[in-house]
Amino acid sequence: MSRFLVPLAAFVVLIPVLMIGLTRDPSRLPSPFLNNPAPQFELPSLIHPEESVGSADYEDQQVLVNVWATWCPGCRQEHGFLMQLAASGVIPIYGIDWRDTRREALRWLQELGNPYVATGFDGDGRVGIDWGVYGAPETFLIGTDGTVLHKHTGPLNRQVWQRDFVPLVSAVAEEKLP
Amino acid sequence: MKKLLWICVMLMCASSSVAIDAGKSFDDPELQARYDKITAEVRCLKCQNQTIKDSNAFLAADLRREIKRMLEEGMTDAEIYDFLVARYGEFALYRPRATGKTLILWIAPILLLGFGALFLVRIVRRRMALPIDDISEEG
Repeated sequence: MSRFLVPLAAFVVLIPVLMIGLTRDPSRLPSPFLNNPAPQFELPSLIHPEESVGSADYEDQQVLVNVWATWCPGCRQEHGFLMQLAASGVIPIYGIDWRDTRREALRWLQELGNPYVATGFDGDGRVGIDWGVYGAPETFLIGTDGTVLHKHTGPLNRQVWQRDFVPLVSAVAEEKLP
Repeated sequence: MKKLLWICVMLMCASSSVAIDAGKSFDDPELQARYDKITAEVRCLKCQNQTIKDSNAFLAADLRREIKRMLEEGMTDAEIYDFLVARYGEFALYRPRATGKTLILWIAPILLLGFGALFLVRIVRRRMALPIDDISEEG
């Protein structure tokens, strides 16, 4: 009897471990910046190349930093929601146009609308590396003290926003949430 | 016919691996060797089961460029690995460092081997204690 008990017990212990493994998406990696200071950046503006956009623009503010590109299907998916979010005025959204061409990116904003307070143009991906970006779209919630409160990899939508972002977004903005 | 067969066999032996980054990046052979070693040990986060040496994803190309820049600036290997881990996490390294959270990765195989050996010894001892005709019956 006990000869079967040990393997059975081992199997029972293994089940939950493997079950958890099945539900986890290996392409979603935790950001090492979570609850740590967000990286600084300064980039030429997408729309006004002679001006610069950077982390200095949102000091002491809670903001979203959204990494996007025109070649990224997930970015097109989330764009409508970003527009709604921007219209609601809940939180300012800054964009980093990652590994893209200016011409395509400008046309994208013209066609789909511009939800961003400002967008930095990261053509060669230098800033993307500093932010640990490995796949657009990626969205960082930056707190008033400059720490990364949350990072979402993949398209943002109402469900994700309600679940992961709303509990962290400051109370003042709560009434206006979409 | 025989010739054709030989060609087929030869084709099967031909390695299908195509190095993405086979060209020389440095004139200095020592720097080149370090560059080759580091790029072969860093995971391409976009294509997770490849190293950035094997991958032609642009993220891999960007990381190769950054590693090249850091080597040129005289950073040590450890500083370069720190740079990558600070941005992408320990997961970025194919050879995790034996500290902190990743220590378990280094200890676990030794522990498992130890447990296995312990079980083996126990089973063998028990079997040896059995009378010989008992064993033949079991088998």
